[in-house]
Amino acid sequence: MARMKFLCDAERCIECNGCVTACKNEHEVPWGVNRRRVVTLDDGVPGEKSVSVACMHCTDAPCAAVCPVDCFYTTDDGIVLHDKDLCIGCGYCFYACPFGAPQFPQQEAFGVRGKMDKCTFCAGGPEDNSSAAELEKYGRNRVAEGKLPLCAEMCSTKALLAGDGDMVADIYRERITKRGGRPETWGWETAYKGDA
Amino acid sequence: MREQKTSKQRGRRKAILVTVAVSLMVSMALPLTGYIAHETGLIHTAQAQESDEEAVNPRAEYWRAVRGGTEGYSAVSGQETGVLIQNGGQNWRAVRNGPVSFYGGSLIIAVLLVLAAKHIVRGRDKLESRTGRTITRWSAFERVMHWYVAISFIILAITGLSLIFGRAVLIPIMGKEGFAAWAALAKPVHDYLALPFAAGLTLLMLMWIGKNVPKSYDFQWLKSLGGAIGEGHPPAGFFNAGEKVFYWLIFVGGVAMTLSGVYLLFPNLETVRESMQFWHIVHSSSGLFLIAVALGHIYLGSIGTEGVLEGMVSGEIDEGFARQHHSLWYEEVKGGAAPAAEGEAAQGTSSAATT
Ligand code: HEM
Ligand code: SF4
Ligand code: SF4
Repeated sequence: MARMKFLCDAERCIECNGCVTACKNEHEVPWGVNRRRVVTLDDGVPGEKSVSVACMHCTDAPCAAVCPVDCFYTTDDGIVLHDKDLCIGCGYCFYACPFGAPQFPQQEAFGVRGKMDKCTFCAGGPEDNSSAAELEKYGRNRVAEGKLPLCAEMCSTKALLAGDGDMVADIYRERITKRGGRPETWGWETAYKGDA
Repeated sequence: MREQKTSKQRGRRKAILVTVAVSLMVSMALPLTGYIAHETGLIHTAQAQESDEEAVNPRAEYWRAVRGGTEGYSAVSGQETGVLIQNGGQNWRAVRNGPVSFYGGSLIIAVLLVLAAKHIVRGRDKLESRTGRTITRWSAFERVMHWYVAISFIILAITGLSLIFGRAVLIPIMGKEGFAAWAALAKPVHDYLALPFAAGLTLLMLMWIGKNVPKSYDFQWLKSLGGAIGEGHPPAGFFNAGEKVFYWLIFVGGVAMTLSGVYLLFPNLETVRESMQFWHIVHSSSGLFLIAVALGHIYLGSIGTEGVLEGMVSGEIDEGFARQHHSLWYEEVKGGAAPAAEGEAAQGTSSAATT
């Protein structure tokens, strides 16, 4: 069985934010919510690096461990999804997540947040695959159509890789062998631990 | 005479200040024990396992800094969007799901067991004589405030407990859908009831602070556990030493719980995750602690002690009850047989006048 992972090659990412835009457009993500973002380190100085980050679909996911209503589940492909019908908008997943992935359509006084939204690895949610309800709550289910996440598919420099963890690691290893330098499987230790 | 009084007042104010300061320190320090446990390696979190093998490589340093939470720039606006990895969440998860749930839950169960055992073995604390004559103990305002705070506390406790233990206890009973429906109600109830409760609690605490200043005879009371050990009843003022201990525990826990709860209540105020994690631990641990304290209070204030509940219901208590549990206060109310050496004297006479 495939174990889906994201990997962003910081040597290639040019901070074009194409992945961010593609994601927002594909899933009609609500205003104020960004399932993916690009972070630039040492912006404007030599050694500047950019990384595109979204939910990493962690092994032993912290969000799932703290959710009071236990609304997360991991698919056979290792994708971490959640059920918005159960979510009470407590924000605990956001406190626990190392990557700042869970987002809320509101942030108001008296803890009003609305239902949590996050990257689904383009795999929708618990509703019927590709149903209208799924599209409305979670966005498009590309995985059910045999496709990979759109952010990675349309990345112009192929910095962002998505797919089976072993295949992603192989592609990355090949690049390192060709161009030299040290591998930096960014975020993998945090997200996948021993599984990395 | 006058000089004596002011120095007494000063001493009293000092006693209050010291108690408050110590209480605050303890309430802030308690939740930290979880972090200490983590730091000393009792709890292992993911970040501790991140490999340090490339300690000298500058690029490795670079990525280690990222794992440590250094902030970059992101075109996506919002709070902390520039932070790639925030490791505090892993500690928060470990502390909340670990020691806070375990020790908090155990404490509540232990208190219930101790109270049940006490009730089975010793029964209720009996009223030795009922005279039929009553003394006014609580004004209508005090009673209304007490029940207002008590009822909102119970609602906050049930909704709070649902958030922390519902997943383990209620989901197996109600199913995920059933529990989610309850939790979706419990959360906003907890959030909207919080401030009205905090206002009531503050008023109640201020109203009774003067009567809860520790006195020398309170030690005698504590030493004999309110008469449980040895012969006869130890002397007590308007509040006996046991009630004073309750008061200060609720004071300490209440301050910690209110401050932390209010902090968590406003995610719109640009609060960063690290502080939310910290205050959440303060809130859940002080909340569970307070529930344990309140259980003791509820028991002793109802079935545990004969004749006490009627006071908080009607405002009147039997003279026999006053003599048995609040001997010094009783003497003051009854015309000061002993010279009133108490700040409470004024209150005592005024309530006697209404009898
Ligand atoms: C002073 C007023 C209070 C405020 C402002 C407050 C606020 C909060 C907030 C914002 C949360 C986070 C979840 C949510 O958004 O609902 C929470 C959780 C919680 N509160 Fe309160 N609360 C207050 C009083 C209390 C009281 C009186 C208790 C217990 C007797 C309590 C026990 C809890 C517990 C156990 C949790 C769950 C913690 C967890 O899930 O780990 N709170 N409270
Ligand atoms: S990245 Fe965050 S939201 Fe995604 S699985 Fe991990 S903890 Fe959960
Ligand atoms: S916000 Fe929703 S998904 Fe996140 S922990 Fe709370 S209930 Fe679970």
